[in-house]
Amino acid sequence: MDTAPEHAPSGPPDGRDYTDVQNSAEFGELRSRYRTFVFPLTVAFIVWYLLYVLLSNYAGGFMGTKVAGNLNVAFVLGLAQFVTTFLIAWWYSRFAAAKLDPKAHALKTRLEAEDLSRTTGAGIGHQADPRDEDKGELAGQEDDA
Amino acid sequence: MSATTHALAAPTAQLAAEGASEHRPLIITLFSLFVVITLAVTVWAGRRTKDATDFYAGGRQFSGFQNGLAISGDYMSAASFLGIAGAIALSGYDGFLYSIGFLVAWLVALLLVAEPLRNSGRYTMGDVLAYRMRQRPVRTAAGVSTIIVSIFYLLAQMVGAGALVALLLGITGETGKNLIVVFVGIIMILYVTIGGMKGTTWVQMIKACLLIGGTVIITVLVFHKFNWNLSTLLGAAAENSGKGAAFLEPGLKYGATATSKIDFLSLGIALVLGTAGLPHILIRFYTVPTAKAARKSVNWAIGIIGVFYLMTIALGFGAAALLTPKTITDSNAAGNTAAPLLAQEIGGGADSTGGAVLLAMISAVAFATILAVVAGLTLASSSSFAHDLYANVIRKGQATEKEEVKAARVSAVIIGAVAIGLGIFAGKLNVAGLVALAFAVAASANLPTLLYSLFWKRFTTTGALWSIYGGLVSSVLLVFFSPVVTGKETSMFPGVDFAWFPLENPGLISIPLGFLLGWVGSLLSRDEAAGGKKYAELEIRSMTGLGAH
Repeated sequence: MDTAPEHAPSGPPDGRDYTDVQNSAEFGELRSRYRTFVFPLTVAFIVWYLLYVLLSNYAGGFMGTKVAGNLNVAFVLGLAQFVTTFLIAWWYSRFAAAKLDPKAHALKTRLEAEDLSRTTGAGIGHQADPRDEDKGELAGQEDDA
Repeated sequence: MSATTHALAAPTAQLAAEGASEHRPLIITLFSLFVVITLAVTVWAGRRTKDATDFYAGGRQFSGFQNGLAISGDYMSAASFLGIAGAIALSGYDGFLYSIGFLVAWLVALLLVAEPLRNSGRYTMGDVLAYRMRQRPVRTAAGVSTIIVSIFYLLAQMVGAGALVALLLGITGETGKNLIVVFVGIIMILYVTIGGMKGTTWVQMIKACLLIGGTVIITVLVFHKFNWNLSTLLGAAAENSGKGAAFLEPGLKYGATATSKIDFLSLGIALVLGTAGLPHILIRFYTVPTAKAARKSVNWAIGIIGVFYLMTIALGFGAAALLTPKTITDSNAAGNTAAPLLAQEIGGGADSTGGAVLLAMISAVAFATILAVVAGLTLASSSSFAHDLYANVIRKGQATEKEEVKAARVSAVIIGAVAIGLGIFAGKLNVAGLVALAFAVAASANLPTLLYSLFWKRFTTTGALWSIYGGLVSSVLLVFFSPVVTGKETSMFPGVDFAWFPLENPGLISIPLGFLLGWVGSLLSRDEAAGGKKYAELEIRSMTGLGAH
């Protein structure tokens, strides 16, 4: 990437159209796995947080109820926000590592191989790591990508 | 952050902290040590900064843990450290509410933003916002929004730095304060222009370690004093505060009127949605090699920031339990010196060596915190200026990489100079409005476009422009016509009153408006490219990491 000017719209150098991949069952499953996990979870933690803010605002009596020693409901709920934040972060990361990463990686590897066989003009079945192949040309492409 | 920073610029902040001036040599020595070490690291990093990727993204060579530490350093400003501790010390439970909003906000970044951004962007937030869109208008909007958010945040830190540093060093004169603002500004410019993202990232990591280390020491000492019993600590704080059980319940600060309650809701929304739209946070995700590493860095950041905010309980309630409210407010009306005063007290008191050493240590950490945060902000705005506005809009993509990095360095000097000027000129402005505005603008202008771009096929260039400019203009205007600017004693211009908008934080109105405008703008326009090939490309890249830089 020495002096290659960055033409703003980035993308595949040969203008590869990814709509077929986007509409493929494989990608559709990756997307739906991701979205059905994170969208409801996002709504849930925002509602839970807002509930906590609203309770602090409008339910002072309830929040002031003593639970143990000088610890009241407000404290317990506040600490619970910390706990749920840690848990959600851990849960999502575990989910992503198990259910998303392998699929995303497989798809990426396949698309890279396809791109390579197309751009080098080699036939189908050419599976070499793109980075070993024709470095000059590929380095140039990556700049545009 | 808004209310906690409130008093960094309060006029009463000019009262010198008792005892602080006696320990000035020690504080200055420790602080100078930090400056010398970080500048050395910056020079070292600068020698290793060869191309644009090094300058903007630290060569993308940092590990998830390193970047998590650096994110924490960027995020935990003096406002969280001194401000939240002070707010808890004076208002009890209500001060603690801030910590929670600041932490929960990270889930938005983790679940929706960090990985797709890392996969599909290159150097700036604008890379992702403009990906599917017509480049020049959207890049311009993204650059303008980045610079405005960063400058407001920067200005707040500079004003805070002037007031706070002056306070801790016992300097009260205007000239002395201005010199400190200039000094802070120059160091920050050096970090950014010499070290770029590499240098700045190392500075953030060093600062985060110092801040966490200092906080752990105080926390351990406080808990040791109260037999490791949280209930005993809280009880002592409630009793010593003179407010009894109410000190441990919500409402002391924000429960006064129906308006203040709605204002708190508005602030809460801005905090939780603002973080994932802060440009100086977003560009940190580019410093790691992969999306997985970006995820790891957010996880580390959540852990570090979460533990830090939990320790603010010990700092704040410890100060309330061990210092009288009068001691705290005499030193600083809003409690911003509660943490250093607590350090002095818990170290053995004003006359002891232990007290002097701890006070000096915490004060030096506070300086380091301010310096690192302003450096991160300057880097974000100069990167966006050079990459979004200069290279892609002004030069239409014809600038060489060298020219681009040079433009970034030059703009860092200019932005630093502007920040110094504003910091001096705006020495008496209300910091609250500025930081709250930064969060609200980020949530109103940046977040809707970021989310729509990544997840909504039907989104168009018109939608993006309506959303960015609509969120930007509405949030800024609402603040302009709010009690932050005029109409109250604490306003920027207390003498005038054109505040027709009752809330201090505009988030409740401007954030839904930003989302709504993006949606309506898209429905009313057509943009075949944005929804077709370009979206397919963005989606595949953001989900798989294909072609990631």
